This record gives sequence, structure tokens and C-alpha cells, in this order.
Amino acid sequence: MPGTEFGAEVRQHDHTGVIDLHGEINLGADQALADAYEQAVRDDPRTIVLNFARVDYINSTGIALIVGVLARARKEHRTVRAFGLSEHYREIFAITRLSDFMGIYPDEDSAVTAAAAAAS
Amino acid sequence: MTTIPSNLRRVLRREPRVRPVPPPVAAPPERVEAPPVEIAPNDPLVAYFSGATGAVDIGALQLDSPALAGLREAGVKLVVPLVSQGELIGLLNLGPRRSEQEYSADDRKLLNDLAGHAAPAVRVAQLVREQEAEVRQRERIEQELRVAQLIQQQFLPHELPDLPGWQVEAYYGPAREVGGDFYDFIRLPDDQIGIVVGDVTDKGVPAALVMATTHSILRAEAPRLVAPSEVLTRVNELLVDEMPAHMFVTCLYAVLDPSSGRLRYANAGHNVPYVGAGGEVTELRATGMPLGLLPGMEYEEKVATLAPGDIVLLHSDGLAEAHDPDRQMFGFPRVAALVGEAPDGEVLIDRLLKELEEFTGAGWEQEDDITLVTLERRASSSAERAADPPAGRLLASFDLPSEPGNERLAIDGVAEAIAGLGLQGPRLERLKTAVGEATMNAIEHGNGNRPELPVEVSVVADDTDVTVRITDQGGERPIPEVEAPDLEAKLAGLQTPRGWGLFLIQNMVDALRTAVDEHHHTIELVMHLKEAPDARN
Repeated sequence: MPGTEFGAEVRQHDHTGVIDLHGEINLGADQALADAYEQAVRDDPRTIVLNFARVDYINSTGIALIVGVLARARKEHRTVRAFGLSEHYREIFAITRLSDFMGIYPDEDSAVTAAAAAAS
Repeated sequence: MTTIPSNLRRVLRREPRVRPVPPPVAAPPERVEAPPVEIAPNDPLVAYFSGATGAVDIGALQLDSPALAGLREAGVKLVVPLVSQGELIGLLNLGPRRSEQEYSADDRKLLNDLAGHAAPAVRVAQLVREQEAEVRQRERIEQELRVAQLIQQQFLPHELPDLPGWQVEAYYGPAREVGGDFYDFIRLPDDQIGIVVGDVTDKGVPAALVMATTHSILRAEAPRLVAPSEVLTRVNELLVDEMPAHMFVTCLYAVLDPSSGRLRYANAGHNVPYVGAGGEVTELRATGMPLGLLPGMEYEEKVATLAPGDIVLLHSDGLAEAHDPDRQMFGFPRVAALVGEAPDGEVLIDRLLKELEEFTGAGWEQEDDITLVTLERRASSSAERAADPPAGRLLASFDLPSEPGNERLAIDGVAEAIAGLGLQGPRLERLKTAVGEATMNAIEHGNGNRPELPVEVSVVADDTDVTVRITDQGGERPIPEVEAPDLEAKLAGLQTPRGWGLFLIQNMVDALRTAVDEHHHTIELVMHLKEAPDARN
């Protein structure tokens, strides 16, 4: 199968859980994404930031996984922000209305700053 | 009151409270309570006392009556019937006088006068007591009804499933004495949905509790087992041990794959669903015993494919078995005929209820719960049907094995084929996403992830458009209505997070067409090559 395998690493940045995503977000990303989320919320941050800068493909199943993450975060009263989306995926996030529920930022600093500002 | 007996079942003999005048001087008043004497309702003594005009000497009576013997045995000498408005409501039983003399004419007159006054008072007291008991009984029944309703409502779905290309409607009308009807929609893997309609024998709280148990077991087992026959077999096994005596559950369980219109179903003794298709009505028959009766039951499983425009009615017997004032039944043929005539599910439910109302007449008290669920596959409208293959230059044509992930091969193949056409930037990305999603659908829904079945991809271009055709081997299946997914419901966990594919495709391309023949299903994606008015840019 072509394409690059999905992976995710988690960092803490200014009391915010940052998940660096890379590769393809499709059905195969399910477990890794869930694990990354678990790890990101370990310190119970108010905000989770998803870094899409190194994601090269998101299909409808991947959209469903992101909806799942967002649903879980909302249930736990966490805010989700995203940055690093290409123009195409920003359009897809707009069409699917994901961007109505998830702040979309140009870069990590603005996402984290917005998170910190909202928290203070 | 027409029956005397309940008043007479227990008769206490007491010493006369009214003593002859003058009262005896020496003996201190002493009351002796005699054992009660049972008087059967059909004992000739009852008729005799009813017609008596005053105090009756027991000793002189000649009647073949067990009660008479009983009274004598208890030492009763004189009986004064208490009669109110011609109805015998009680007896004053007197033992021998303490003086051991016979009752005098004066004694009898006094007793008869007393009985004349006492009888209406006793009657009033009896009526008050009966009324109190009735009120208590009514309150208890009302309370039980409320509890049964509460349980029932708790387990009925709060919303209808939102299935693209399908219209689902449901009606539930409880009888005053709540029956055990229930229905449910259960989310299943692969965007399938389980549909349940059931009926517990019996009414009230016991039925509601069994309904709740059945509901919970179905919810737990359906997503795991999926196949209707297996689900019912399992539910039956679990229910058999739990089921109170003389109760059972009839249940129809169906699994719908909305993308293909495939409906798998099994039936545990429930009413047979009807399918209305272009004026014709067919029945979805499958055999199986009701749930909870016997262990080790097996359930036949059948499959039907619903075409656009088809309407399925699932129904409980509260409708077909409703009676008019002449005790004629509404009847299954009438229900079936209405299914055949209905233009859509919502109208069908309205018509069924209206016909029922006309049939039963005003003032009808609903005999049993009525549950109606309709599934209607909408006739395709949003997607045009693909006509003949597009004219133009064939840029590429290739097959892919149906394995998850192979949509990337399709994307890359198409991107390579159209490299020289000048389609780039966001519009190229959109076409790639549409190709990926359409190929995923073909692999998964059309070819069932079977690698040996190819997905055929071809790319054709003319001066104005590039057209990508993606064909699977899934044969005729509905062209789904494209609806915007309800993100709020998905985020709230009320809907599966999936279901974005077709919506994305439609939003990515300039035109979307589909075509089916007996063996193939083709989706055609069209992008304009020249600058085209596009609201998104």
C-alpha cells in the first residue's frame, strides 16, 4: 500500500497538549491517534492543539477520527485547536464545519497563545 | 348492589343488643361472640330471608340449607333480616334469651323496628366502605399505569436515525393500559443500522420491565453479532432464564445497509413487515418462535434489497387487530393495501391512523399499543444518472484490487494522467480527494473489500472537462441522496462520526453522476478545465 504511515508525538507547550501528527490520517491511524490523545491529556490540559503540518492525506475516515477526538475533548470540556493545515484541508475543514468547532491557526505559537489567552 | 353474598359470607352472632324490657336484674351484661357462619350465595336461606317480613324463628324453619344447620349449631334462635330497598344486606342473629324464655311478640316488634332503622344505616356504611376500597384500587392502578408508562418511555428512541437517502418515520401510541410495545434503532459497524420492533405479551409494569430487559439485551448484543438470526438466537437464550411465566416477546429485527439498500431480517413471531413498491405489496417473511419461550431456538434469516421508492412498514398488532364497535377487526389486508397506495412513509403513517380512526369510530378506547415504523428509500434526485460514457480522449484506464488503502493508487494514477491538462492548485486537490473517496466507496461498499474484485478507473478529457469514472462490481444499488452530515449530532455522540464520503465528493467536484447496470456501479466525477464560476474561490 502506498502512502506514509501515520504517527503522532505529544509535547507539552505552555500547559497545552500539542499532538504532532504526521503521515496519512485514515482508518489505520485510529489507535495511534487515540493513544496520542490519551497521552496529551495526562496532565489534564484545558486545550489540545493538533499539528497537521506534516500530514499529507486525510480521507473521510480520517475526518471521522478527528470528529471522534473533538467529540471526546468536548465531552471532557477541553478546547481543540489546529494549525499547519494546507489550503485544501482548511477548505475541507470548512465544508465539514469542523472549523466551527475547532479553532484553525496559521502556526503553533498563535494556537498556543490563543489557548493561553483563553485560559487566563 | 345485586349480589348479597359478600355481605353474608361472615355472619357474627351476638347476644341481642336490644334487650327485652325490663332488663334482667341479676345477670351482668355479658357478650359472647359466636363463630362466624358461612352462607353460600346459592343457599336457599338467602332467598328465604330476602322475602321474610320480620324476625324469623330458626327452630321452626324447614329448609334444606347447610347455612341453616350452621346457624342452629352456632346457637342462633332468632334471625332478623336487614333489608334495605328490597335487598338483603345483613342479618341480626340472636341466641336464646338469658331468661330462657321464648322471644315475646314485643321483643319481635322491637327487633323488627330496630332492623327497619338499622338496615339503611348499615347499607350506607357498606357503600362508603366499598367506595373507599374502589378509590384505593383505582389509585393503585393509576399509579401502576404511570410507572409502566415511565419505564416504556425511557426506552423508546428520542430521535430518528438520520440516514442519507432514507426517510425513517416512527409512531408509537400507547393504550391507556400500557402494552409492551417497543421499537429501537441501533447503530452498527460499517454504517449499518439495526431496526427493532417488538411486543411483550401482557400489559402494565410486568410487560414494561420485560420490554426494558429485552431492549437492553438487544442493544448489547446487536453491535457485536450484527446478523439478525444470530442476534435473535442470542437474545432468546438470555431472555429464557429471565422471563416470567406465561410471558414472551415477539420481535422483528432487521439490519439495513443504507448504501446498498440491503435489508437482512429475522422474525421472532412478530407481525410480518410489508414492502410497498410501485403499487405492489410484498411481505418479508421469516420463521422463528417468539423470544423467551424455549431455549435453543434458531431463526431464519432473509435478505431483501430495497430499491429507490420502496417503503417498508414494521408494525405491531395494535393496528391490524383493532376492533370497530361491531367487533370487526381492522385486519392485515387493509394495512397491506394502504402500504401499497402510500407515496411515502410519513403519509403512510398518517393514512393508517386516519383509516383506523374512521374504522373504530368516535369514543374508541385503544385496545393495545400501536407501533409503526416506516423505512423509505428515497428515489434518487440529487445525483443525475450518468449517461453514455463521455466522449473525448481516454487519458488512462486501470484496475485496482479492492483492498483498503488502494484509493491512494487511484489518486496517484489520476493525478499522473491529468498532469498536462492545467488543472492545479485547490481544484486539483479537490479532484484528488473526490477520486480517493469514490474509490474507497467502491472498494468497501461496492466490492466488499474483496481483493479479487477490481475497481476500474478511467480518465477522459475533452476541451472543457476532465471526467473520472470509477466502477465497482457491486451491481445495482441505490444512488444515495447526498445530505450534509449533522456534525453537532456526531460531536454529541448521537451519530456515528463516519458518513462523510459522499458529502465530500459532492462538494469537491463540479458535477457528480452515477450509473448502474446489473453488474456494475459507476460514479462519474467531472471537473471543468477552464475558469469556471466557483463560489468557493
